[in-house]
Amino acid sequence: MSETLVAFDEVLERYDPAFGLEVHVELNTNTKMFCGCPATFGGEPNSQVCPTCLGLPGSMPVVNAKAVESAIRIGLALNGSIAEWCRFARKNYFYPDMPKNFQTSQYDEPIVYDGYLDVEVEGETYRVEIERAHMEEDTGKTTHIGGATGRIHGADYSLVDYNRAGIPLIEIVTRPIIGTGAKAPLVAKAYVAALREILLGLGVSDVRMDQGSMRCDVNLSLSPKDSGELGTRTETKNVNSLRSVERAVRFEMSRHAGILDAGEAIFQETRHFHEDTGTTSAGRPKSDADDYRYFPEPDLVPVAPAREWVEELRASLPERTADKRARLQVEWGYSELEMRDVWAAGALSLIEATVAEGASAQAARKWWMAELSRSANDRGVELAELGVTPVQVAEVQKLVDGGSLTDKLARQVFEGLLAGEGTVAEIIDARGLAVVSDDGALGAAVDEAIAAQPAVADKIRGGNQAAAGALIGAVMKSTGGKADAKRVRELILEKLA
Amino acid sequence: MPEITRDEVAHLADLARIDLSDAELDHLAPQLQVILESVASIQGLAGDDVPATSHPLPMTNVFREDVVVPGLTPEQALSGAPAVEEQRFSVPRILGDEQ
Amino acid sequence: MSIIEKTAAELIDALAAGETTSVELTQAHLDRIAAVDGDVHAFLHIDAEGALSQAAASDARRADGNALHALDGVPIAVKDVLTTTGLPTTCGSKILEGWIPPYDATVVKKIKAAGLPILGKTNMDEFAMGSSTEHSAYGPTKNPWKLDRIPGGSGGGSAAAVAAFEAPLALGTDTGGSIRQPGAVTGTVGVKPTYGSVSRYGLVALANSLDQVGPVTRTVLDSALLHELIGGHDPLDSTSTTTPVTGLVDAARAGATGDLKGVKVGVIKELAGEGWAPDVMAKFNESVDLLTKLGADVVEVSTPSFEHAMAAYYLILPAECSSNLAKFDAMRYGLRVTPDGDPSAEDVMKASRDAGFGDEVKRRIILGTYALSSGYYDAYYGQAQKIRTLIIEDFKKAFEQVDVLVSPTSPSTAFPLGAKLDDPLAMYMQDLATIPANLAGTPGISIPAGVSDVDGLPVGVQLLAPVLEDARLYRVGAALEAAIGPVLSIDKLEVAR
Ligand SMILES: [Mg+2]
Ligand SMILES: [Zn+2]
Repeated sequence: MSETLVAFDEVLERYDPAFGLEVHVELNTNTKMFCGCPATFGGEPNSQVCPTCLGLPGSMPVVNAKAVESAIRIGLALNGSIAEWCRFARKNYFYPDMPKNFQTSQYDEPIVYDGYLDVEVEGETYRVEIERAHMEEDTGKTTHIGGATGRIHGADYSLVDYNRAGIPLIEIVTRPIIGTGAKAPLVAKAYVAALREILLGLGVSDVRMDQGSMRCDVNLSLSPKDSGELGTRTETKNVNSLRSVERAVRFEMSRHAGILDAGEAIFQETRHFHEDTGTTSAGRPKSDADDYRYFPEPDLVPVAPAREWVEELRASLPERTADKRARLQVEWGYSELEMRDVWAAGALSLIEATVAEGASAQAARKWWMAELSRSANDRGVELAELGVTPVQVAEVQKLVDGGSLTDKLARQVFEGLLAGEGTVAEIIDARGLAVVSDDGALGAAVDEAIAAQPAVADKIRGGNQAAAGALIGAVMKSTGGKADAKRVRELILEKLA
Repeated sequence: MPEITRDEVAHLADLARIDLSDAELDHLAPQLQVILESVASIQGLAGDDVPATSHPLPMTNVFREDVVVPGLTPEQALSGAPAVEEQRFSVPRILGDEQ
Repeated sequence: MSIIEKTAAELIDALAAGETTSVELTQAHLDRIAAVDGDVHAFLHIDAEGALSQAAASDARRADGNALHALDGVPIAVKDVLTTTGLPTTCGSKILEGWIPPYDATVVKKIKAAGLPILGKTNMDEFAMGSSTEHSAYGPTKNPWKLDRIPGGSGGGSAAAVAAFEAPLALGTDTGGSIRQPGAVTGTVGVKPTYGSVSRYGLVALANSLDQVGPVTRTVLDSALLHELIGGHDPLDSTSTTTPVTGLVDAARAGATGDLKGVKVGVIKELAGEGWAPDVMAKFNESVDLLTKLGADVVEVSTPSFEHAMAAYYLILPAECSSNLAKFDAMRYGLRVTPDGDPSAEDVMKASRDAGFGDEVKRRIILGTYALSSGYYDAYYGQAQKIRTLIIEDFKKAFEQVDVLVSPTSPSTAFPLGAKLDDPLAMYMQDLATIPANLAGTPGISIPAGVSDVDGLPVGVQLLAPVLEDARLYRVGAALEAAIGPVLSIDKLEVAR
């Protein structure tokens, strides 16, 4: 099979892309989907299990009411319909991380169907249709031992921890998204970003892509330009950052085009995404082993959410993202372009939280969009995963406002935060970043500056206070930016009165 | 009449992860054929107007509050395990990809 | 009369009157087990030590006036398909040899909480698949009436233990007749309660939508006593009914007075005729005559869709069990067979399941896998679920005309061991009369109708009532039982007195 990659622009000359996303979201409920075990992250191995989530003979599932509520809220926020009646089904396949060798999921009767999400890319709005969202359970976690790589292939054996088994998942599945052309990678990324923002707003999940509480599978196919058909698709599994979603779509477009150009057929298979190279490699071919033999879970009864309950949940939904964005733009006094950049960078919630901590909207935007966005880009991570919190940004800005930090010093504090040097106070301390306002220390520097620029000093003596700027600049320079500019100005005016 | 061939039985055994011997396959295929013939009588018996019953009693909405209840200790959880290492279930190397 | 010949109701009185102690009668039953179980093989595990210490605790409570329940101190045997902490639970399968569950089934919790000493775990067809207990991986149970005959199945162990006076009470499970058919061929009383009225939590599932735990005893009153103890809502079983089934003991006592005036009884037309042994029909007809004599209004009713019950059952059951039994994969518990070479997890699963499951289990797993496969689902599983609807409708119509339905429990008396082992269909026919109740969720009881004029072996008569109307079975059953008179006695058995 051809491995020629076609340049992205060239792909679009001959093909139309269609893509779809399957997003798995781990809910942040207290307990698992079907048992009372904690659904928290990171306990000792096999310490958060019971007969049910361990699949012991005789055990039975009972549905977590909160998970159903979260599923309905997600469905409503995605403009979806909530099923009047739906069931759980068993998806039968063997895998050691699955205690029962079937996953309790939903099949042809999902709790949410026919939703959509409008996403914006470069000023244009695209509607992503959501086919369904359904409830299911997570699997256990496998560690592969031996072999060269610690990966599944080549391992000698594996160790399984079932703490994660049974944690509630919502799987959100789009319809094939067509007509996005060259924007396909960006629309895919924007959809996941928008979805993430909504889920954060609902408070139903931590949506940490880096920790696996939100996981994306990317389906992609190409069809001959303007044919209006859907080509054979591949499914790239576990694409776990916004940037990777974009890259996976882009890479698969180039790869598919190479195969199709060579007159070969796309092989329907799952593919693995490699974060380091941004490429995909072949996984499991689709086969009749995919006969999951779904049937209704006989140990659970149907879920029929009362319409009053659904309407209650609808009424209590947080503000819609689009409405919120419009409101905040006015409140914050941002221009259309500024707001669009903030949105595209995934900084809306971060800035909102920073403002809530007392920073001004302009200051919050300055730090997140200039300083921190650049670092996130450099590191190839999301802004939210940078490790700097809105609380810290507000704290730094407060010090600037109070005069104990200058912008320049503040930048060094952020540097320290990104490097993991400790708290804001610790970094200021360790790096010696406090503004110098001590008259003794400043006095000498001021005298020096006056002596060095006698003409300027004369102007000030003659009543031209605006000329003081030149002397202040000199003092700042000689103190390495640590001087309290306000106090320096006062000292100069005192001395030249 | 439904037909269940030896090859088909072998495929089903594969799906069901049972390593049937040739002798077992020879034995099982005709037995399954007889059973299938006897149950085939219901095919097409009930039309679209007849709803399917998956639960004998018509119940809905049985939920549990989202409250943690004590489960098993790791020792209890691992007590029946054929092999244990680092408080985890030790399993032979896994061939296929995750689904 | 020796103490082991007493019914549970009589033992309650003897304990209350201080005529015996729990230790004494538990020891008497353990002695009986030691004397005859070598021939009968009703037990897979005997827990003499545990039973005696529970008995001693019971006696101490009683001495303090703190008996937990009327049945406190009366020993019981438990079918090996119910999980028990500290006692092996094998389900009659090699794949679970030596497995000791870390949790108790809800019904086991209830009998422990009521103070009933557990004598041990009883033999059964592997995973409850069979009608003769010959499919146990640990060897067959023999019918105490005639040791070359089957004791019925799958609960042949519980029925034989009670019939052989090794236990006054036992727990069974009934998926298609596994309590009632063994009851019929051993001359004991067995009840399948309304689906969902007794918790299934801790019952290793055969077919989840059909399984039900129930009592196995020598009298109708004893069944009522045990049934009231084990019944009730269980939040761990999502299919557990919230409407309690009550008044069973009162109904049994009322019925024993022998008056059935005003009770309408329907003889099921479809459960007679060809395939039904003449000696069984003769005893059955005597029972029907007795019902008339007791004042009941006996009519014939027709339930045409019962004709298809067997076919529907042998699609639904294999489908559900093929999925249930997937968890036995040698990864977390149970038998692990490691083939030579460098076997993968998949190889180990396949080898372990081949070695660990018996022929009947494999047959049904393969059949169920087939019935659920894409392309066959609608024709088989889907159709079977529709037939189920028709059977429920037939029951509804019948119960508009009558209060209870009556039929022979089993088409023949106990057949010789080995007679039907190579003919699965002939074995399946044993459950012709019992299966409809499982498909519809309705309760049923089998009581001894006398012994066959041909072979001197017991014949059972089955009564069926509407869902949640289990009390009717006890009233009519107790009346009929009194009219028929004792069928089982220790001197009629082939096992040593
Ligand atoms: Mg899924
Ligand atoms: Zn659990």
